[in-house]
Amino acid sequence: MKSKKLAIPYMLWMLVFTMIPLVMIGFTAFTDNSGSFSLSAFADAFQYTNVFLKSLWIALISTIICLIIAYPLAYMISQMKKSTQNTVIMLVMIPMWMNFLLRIYAWVLLLQSGGPLDTLLSAIGIHGNYNNNTVAVIVGMVYEYMPFMLLPIYTVMGKIDVGLIEAAQDLGSNKVAVFRKVIFPLSVPGIISGITMVFVPTASTFVVAQYLGGTDDIMIGDVIDKIFFANNHTGAAISLVLMVFILIFLVLMNLFGDEEAIA
Amino acid sequence: MEQSAKKVIVSLKDIFLRFDGEVILNHINLDIREKEFVTILGPSGCGKTTTLRIIGGFLEPESGDVIFDGERINSLPPNKRNVNTVFQKYSLFPHLNVYDNVAFGLKLKKLPKDEIRRKVKHMLAVVDLKGYEKRPVQKLSGGQQQRVAIARALVCDPKIILLDEPLGALDLQLRKDMQMELKEIQKSTQKTFIYVTHDQEEALTMSDRVVVMNNGVIEQIGTPEEVYNEPVNAFVADFIGEANILNGTMIDDCRIRILGKELECVDKGFGKNAPVDVVIRPEDMMLTTPEQGQLVGVVEKVTFKGVHYEMSVRCGKCELLVHSTSSAKIGETVGMRVVPFNIQIMNKLLPFYDNIIETEVISSSEDENWLEFTLEKETVRAEGHFYPAGTKLRITLPPEALSLAGDGDGDLQDVYIESVVYKGEHNEIILESDERKWLMLSDTDEQVATYVPLNFDFSKAGFEVLEAAASEG
Repeated sequence: MKSKKLAIPYMLWMLVFTMIPLVMIGFTAFTDNSGSFSLSAFADAFQYTNVFLKSLWIALISTIICLIIAYPLAYMISQMKKSTQNTVIMLVMIPMWMNFLLRIYAWVLLLQSGGPLDTLLSAIGIHGNYNNNTVAVIVGMVYEYMPFMLLPIYTVMGKIDVGLIEAAQDLGSNKVAVFRKVIFPLSVPGIISGITMVFVPTASTFVVAQYLGGTDDIMIGDVIDKIFFANNHTGAAISLVLMVFILIFLVLMNLFGDEEAIA
Repeated sequence: MEQSAKKVIVSLKDIFLRFDGEVILNHINLDIREKEFVTILGPSGCGKTTTLRIIGGFLEPESGDVIFDGERINSLPPNKRNVNTVFQKYSLFPHLNVYDNVAFGLKLKKLPKDEIRRKVKHMLAVVDLKGYEKRPVQKLSGGQQQRVAIARALVCDPKIILLDEPLGALDLQLRKDMQMELKEIQKSTQKTFIYVTHDQEEALTMSDRVVVMNNGVIEQIGTPEEVYNEPVNAFVADFIGEANILNGTMIDDCRIRILGKELECVDKGFGKNAPVDVVIRPEDMMLTTPEQGQLVGVVEKVTFKGVHYEMSVRCGKCELLVHSTSSAKIGETVGMRVVPFNIQIMNKLLPFYDNIIETEVISSSEDENWLEFTLEKETVRAEGHFYPAGTKLRITLPPEALSLAGDGDGDLQDVYIESVVYKGEHNEIILESDERKWLMLSDTDEQVATYVPLNFDFSKAGFEVLEAAASEG
């Protein structure tokens, strides 16, 4: 009973700052300016179907690239000496102390024509602007969100009992088999939470595409950013659709995770 | 003997291993024969688990040979050895169910599916876990997890099973049941079991042979009866079972003096008037009337233990433990008799009694009456004694002159407690510093295998000049 009483402030917090805003978004999405029930906001929202799909696509690609980079890195770090591990994790974390926008500006400067990359490639006769395209957006996304993939995977890998690895060796596993049959299956929960922590924010983020993307690469977050104050009904409708998509994605991920744990 | 007819399957030859400069295994030699149940017994930190890990392939010795079936396998990785381990914490794979845990090794061997199925089913029946195939391992009790771990090792059909304190986490009753079961499994599967434990009762119950280890060396190898009835030294006697361990003098063959009394015994070959350790098991002490007793003492404590009474009898300064089915009253004077056969004579753990240092004075002060010398790279100051710098001295420190520094700042830092043996009057503690061993007496129980600071009391020491300092003109 005591623990329930202690939970009351948190419940109130959730009610005021999570449930009520959600209901308000839902209400706004399903009404028009006069306040009566209407689906027109959703009709407007579907003008942005392409932006939607593109956003989810970019998020997916960024998440996969983050995973490809972070997983082997996490494994390598977990194999290092404890003191070295802390240093490397520190190095991964330090850029995150810098302001998000500042890091995006840095990429703009790096990639724009006349920037370091251009200057370098000009030396061998290739000129160009490497900013304002989908690849630049993905590079920015991966750079921003990679630590969110690395940390959960690293944490899970660090917790794998050395005894299990020894048991696997004892039963005849070589290094490859130890990885395939013990380390990988036990690190799946880390992969799942890493994917969640990268995919959800990348799908709904704004600013990254505004600065690094071309005119075609605007993302759904930027759309909401632009139109919400002009037309909050459409803005709310887009948010709601995005939420549903993310929810579906999360449910799928969890299903996959459970199956993996059982198999 | 029947045992020696069997073939040696694994053999450790002169194994030496250090961690961070500290000697863990000090030239170990051990032969293990086919189908044998061998227990490596010793206090924590004695090197028993390390020995097991060397056989399992998880550690490579610094020097020496690990011979398996006639082949040297020092650096062969665990996955290539025909040996399987039951780990201390079971180390079952949490992401697999019982069936897949047991099948793990067989799948790696790429056996056909139905053969794996047949073998796993059979092995689960052997360990009494029929019908548990689909259970997740975390949902099993400690005893059941233990059985899965045993099945997982056995199903691979190795020549040797290594067991690292597998029953440590179980409660007493379950542990006793599992001891019986393990012995049964070992008999029925005809495998070699190498079992590591610090529990002497477990070792005596299950083993064909017991290997007693302490501080990186093997003290004794023998059948349970041998190590119990004929311990080679005070450490083994003290570690296995309860024992009265006394200082004695071997007057001549078959004549021993203990507690001021001359008794008959059956041991020979210790020389004349040689200091020895004597073991008398409490159950071998027979209570008699004071007139008939070889030893006479006063009963100080009586505890009822179910099968027998445990009595503490004071015999002069010394306390003796007696087990008897008949009880005596506290304060009563009783006699005790021991048949010669039950008096076990052993060599002293150390070849010396007084600790002797030969050294040279490096600095001294006549006014303040002190001198300093170097001992194992530390400077030691002896107050109350003066000899000029350069004097070569022999300092004799009797065991009473040594003590553990309570404030943590000793004359010698980080001295290792190798053994603590209760001699009825005091604990005799053997310490090991970087270069030598020390004998100390103490009334308190010290923790074996720990590091302590050691102090010297030079007022109890004897000083002898070996060579006077060269005069400086």
